[in-house]
Amino acid sequence: MDFLRPASWEEALAAKAEHPTAVPIAGGTDVMVEINFDHRRPEYLLDLNRITELNEWHVGEEKVALGPSVPYTKIMENLRTELPGLALASHTVASPQIRNRGGVGGNLGCASPAGDSHPALLSSGADVEVESQARGSRLIPIDEFYKGVKRNALEQDELIKAIHIPKADGPQQFSKVGTRNAMVIAVCAFGLALHPSTRTVRTGIGSAAPTPVRAKAAEEFLNAALEEGGFWDSGKIITPSIAKQFATLASGACNPIDDVRGTANYRRHAVGVMARRNLMWTWESYRGEGRTLEGAA
Amino acid sequence: MRVNFTVNGRQQEADDVWEGESLLYVLRERMGLPGSKNACEQGECGSCTVRLDGVPVCSCLVAAGQVEGREVVTVEGLADYAKHREDSHPGGACGSVCGGTDLQQARQWQAKGTDGQTGEGGELSPIQQAFIDAGAVQCGFCTPGLLVAADELLERNPSPSDGDIREALSGNLCRCTGYEKILDAVRLAAARQEEAV
Ligand SMILES: Cc1cc2nc3c(=O)[nH]c(=O)nc-3n(C[C@H](O)[C@H](O)[C@H](O)COP(=O)(O)OP(=O)(O)OC[C@H]3O[C@@H](n4cnc5c(N)ncnc54)[C@H](O)[C@@H]3O)c2cc1C
Ligand code: FES
Ligand code: FES
Repeated sequence: MDFLRPASWEEALAAKAEHPTAVPIAGGTDVMVEINFDHRRPEYLLDLNRITELNEWHVGEEKVALGPSVPYTKIMENLRTELPGLALASHTVASPQIRNRGGVGGNLGCASPAGDSHPALLSSGADVEVESQARGSRLIPIDEFYKGVKRNALEQDELIKAIHIPKADGPQQFSKVGTRNAMVIAVCAFGLALHPSTRTVRTGIGSAAPTPVRAKAAEEFLNAALEEGGFWDSGKIITPSIAKQFATLASGACNPIDDVRGTANYRRHAVGVMARRNLMWTWESYRGEGRTLEGAA
Repeated sequence: MRVNFTVNGRQQEADDVWEGESLLYVLRERMGLPGSKNACEQGECGSCTVRLDGVPVCSCLVAAGQVEGREVVTVEGLADYAKHREDSHPGGACGSVCGGTDLQQARQWQAKGTDGQTGEGGELSPIQQAFIDAGAVQCGFCTPGLLVAADELLERNPSPSDGDIREALSGNLCRCTGYEKILDAVRLAAARQEEAV
């Protein structure tokens, strides 16, 4: 095995171009487990820790450019206002020690359906910026990023440079079902963002299909129902029948399996429950407080 | 490969490190510092917790090559680290042990002092003393990781709520104590810290 320690982004891209099989390592909270247990013996490890810009974030006019290695702890502490959904999700990852190392880039690199950042990225409509030495950088919309169980849209010579996430324009929520509060891989998870500026609602479901997915039919139904009923203007309470239909359609977006963490039926059920609750919580905070931009955390 | 980094304030060098090796392995097997424990090697138990540039991490999940040029504090250096913080950076920390703990001394570190039960006469950090006084140690396997995590909590947050303590220690498993005495120990250390100010 070789340990590559590029000092700059350009060097990292060059190393990845020369050794396409090199495995990038950021926080190491996924990679090191695989190595410790001999599940993986890469020829090259490509350490990203020295590349400072991967650890930084920039809050722009409309988006946050989030470095892939920014640890979850920093997201929780610094980006709660701009990215409330992702901050909530970050807080549910593992433990303080893991949150001090792991970041969204690693979550995207693994593309596990159970990754906690995915529902927030899906519901806020993020773009993943990836780059290769040969072809430069490109933006992958999050809807096109997840390709299969633990497969993503990265080419072999590409690295994740930044995640561009629209700043919240309304309340956001995240829920996760597990056996305890800390150190839990989601049985299933749900994220929801209200976008009052476009009068739309976006969702993200974790651990209930081969990849993280949006509940598109549920979104479409809800967008139409809110529009028709004039809910965005009146800010009135969402009727139980709308919430119920939304929950049913969200359940329907799942394609879960039975595994040690839960049955497929349970997952479908729990996603429906979380969808309804997230809708109620976010809508309550949209209605109250003069339609603030804060998350309902 | 060779890795150079600071351990408990002193520059150290590890040779013949395998590229896939963890920081935990380097500390225990190459530097003779077995204080950080190895129980799961997958980030679940926290018994391998050390400070990396001041931040608590699972050393089993840090690749050795990633610590090149960086600063690590282990439980063996905790007493000196805490003393140094108290003397030179009251209310804060420098993220390191400016003076440092000699590797030879660290290897021989024992909680014994003159009395193995009470810790009397030994060089203990306040959190270590509080763990002894509160009876928070049974088999002791989880203790080093908990000490490092709890010490960092009190450095960051001198008067933590019970919720803060639970959260800060949520990545550390203990199979013996049922956690109550561990919570007592952290409360005790926090109270003593407040008295001292
Ligand atoms: C005990 C434990 C509990 C956990 N609990 C949770 C949990 O509750 N929720 C959750 O979501 N995850 C959890 N995880 C998984 C892990 O912590 C997360 O997936 C984390 O986001 C990984 O980030 P990292 O920087 O540590 O990734 P790494 O391990 O460094 O990398 C992960 C993958 O991403 C690739 N990669 C990293 N950065 C880049 C980049 N810039 N460009 C291209 N590829 C890249 C790597 O090659 C690798 O394939 C847990 C892990 C452990 C050990
Ligand atoms: S040995 Fe590192 S967390 Fe268990
Ligand atoms: S005292 Fe035995 S594991 Fe905690």
